[in-house]
Amino acid sequence: MAIAADALSRTKRAPRRGRAPRTKGSWVFSILNYAVFALFALICAYPFYYLIINSVSANDLSALGDVRFFPVGFHLSNYAQVFQLQGLTLATAVSVARTVLGTAGTVLVSAFLGFMFTQERMWGRAFWYRFTVITMYFSAGLIPVFLIIKGLGLTNNFWVYVIPYLVQPFNVILVKTFVESMPRSMQEAAEMDGANIIQVFFRVYLPNMTPILATVAIFSAVAQWNMFQDTLIYITDQSLYTLQYLLYMFINQANSLAQAAQNAAGGNLSAIANAATSQTATSIQMTVAVVVVLPIIFIYPLFQRFFVKGIMLGSVKG
Amino acid sequence: MTTQAVLQEAVTDEVVESKSHRRAKRPRAGKKSVGMFLCILPFLALVFVFSYLPLYGWIFSLYDYQPALGLSGSDFVGFQWFEMLVRSPTQLAQITQVLVNTLAMSFLGILTSFLPIVFAVFLNEVKAPWFRNVVQTLTTLPNFISWVLVYMIAFSLFSSSGLVNSVLTDSGIITTPIKFLDSGDHVWLTMLLWSLWKGVGWGAIIYLAAITGIDPALYESAKIDGAGRFQLMRHITIPQLMPTYVVLLMLSVANLLNNGMDQYYVFQNAFNMKHIQVLDLYVYNVGMTGNNLSLATAIGMLKSLISVILLVVVNLIAKRARGTSII
Repeated sequence: MAIAADALSRTKRAPRRGRAPRTKGSWVFSILNYAVFALFALICAYPFYYLIINSVSANDLSALGDVRFFPVGFHLSNYAQVFQLQGLTLATAVSVARTVLGTAGTVLVSAFLGFMFTQERMWGRAFWYRFTVITMYFSAGLIPVFLIIKGLGLTNNFWVYVIPYLVQPFNVILVKTFVESMPRSMQEAAEMDGANIIQVFFRVYLPNMTPILATVAIFSAVAQWNMFQDTLIYITDQSLYTLQYLLYMFINQANSLAQAAQNAAGGNLSAIANAATSQTATSIQMTVAVVVVLPIIFIYPLFQRFFVKGIMLGSVKG
Repeated sequence: MTTQAVLQEAVTDEVVESKSHRRAKRPRAGKKSVGMFLCILPFLALVFVFSYLPLYGWIFSLYDYQPALGLSGSDFVGFQWFEMLVRSPTQLAQITQVLVNTLAMSFLGILTSFLPIVFAVFLNEVKAPWFRNVVQTLTTLPNFISWVLVYMIAFSLFSSSGLVNSVLTDSGIITTPIKFLDSGDHVWLTMLLWSLWKGVGWGAIIYLAAITGIDPALYESAKIDGAGRFQLMRHITIPQLMPTYVVLLMLSVANLLNNGMDQYYVFQNAFNMKHIQVLDLYVYNVGMTGNNLSLATAIGMLKSLISVILLVVVNLIAKRARGTSII
């Protein structure tokens, strides 16, 4: 009885005390815990901050690694100047185009396939569903895929950024699971009104799938924007380079980069003479890196919940 | 608009009724719709072309494939490439080193796979919501940048004119810059650290979500029994996270040979080549850089086959142990 009473009083007392640490050791733990997480968050965030402050600081200082906490000699001319570099504007356009088209494509296709695979009337439904989904678990390898892509004439072709990614089995599973949770009567009602399956999809189901499609869209947009490997393997035509690939080349070609910077300045000596604003390899690399990462930094906090939802859905399936 | 209205009505219909509807329609479902199949046929064709057709490309591993001559013009060499992998001493030494690298990086990844759990369990002890949110946002951000950008960050911080060398020189600790990136030492470790930097925060999210799903009654009763903060972590939170952990662990075992190539490709250079070359990168280097498409196909094919076998075995074990498959 006494123990029970004690337990009762303790549970009663708990809410009043809140979750405040009780003992000295507990305080030490809390402080350490906060400190370690603050440190880790700093380690994750500082590199981004470092890139940003360096891209707007005096170029002669940033080249030496002397800009560490705050911008020094603030100026924005780097941004105006990098876009005069050969290929950068085009690469930005290619990256944006592949992200927009690739995302729109895979969202529509995933939605359609996910919906169609719920249709029990479809001939061979179970088989074709497995036929699609099982491709997640094997790959013929880099070279055979390369030879197929080449055989299709997709090397040095913009559509290699879009077509191979249209059918994403994982997204199809996500959509299918979602559609299965929607009331079947929606379809029946529409069909009674004389709608065919395509109309049912576009008019009834598609508008009601936005929660899952937002998740699919945000994941494929990030994947498209970040993709690097396909340019490396399938593209030699410089006009089809993406921002990611251009950045990679810029990092590895510091010397030719300085030359390119001078050319971009039109060999104008007075422009080069100003050490703070004339381009160095470092300033170009940092500025392009910021151009590449800024969309992610802006988009990520806004859509964080979709990302979290995505991983949860994935784990449910897994 | 009419469809919409009907839809609204339909949604509010009783579940029982819609169920009986479906049952009533069952007999009609016996008639299979080929039209629906034709609607998805174009997309099935894409799946076939990009996932199944390349399997046919495995026969390139039996030829000395010269792109200029085509398959019919190339010499059929049988299992020459496979034999070469084990017969030629230089080739054998190289592939062994590549396998060692691959397995080392995979096992280092598996050894550190508990870190996201630690992250989640301790972040759960942080009670200030704003602090948790800030930490979560900042630590998951690196997961969403490409490896090229990670390399750019590494370059800006650790190159000879980068931040770290500049700070160390200014403070008089060193006189000549340390070559962090152009070095063959500790490659496995630095690669591991970069993957952790990129992945731990994101990896923790799944566990943080799992923690919110733990029955509060478990904590209440443990507290009544006098359990302290650490005892709650050790005896309740961590055991409750184990099923999730085991599934992820088994998946990473199945992916033992698949490290991907982006990370290693961007970080590779003449100095660290020996220790950074994992299977995926090796296949690229042999096939695309070295232009030996047939040998690269052979290696890629072996890799794919072993991966599928690993996955099937791991899945079987999971079925035995947990009663459900993991794929």
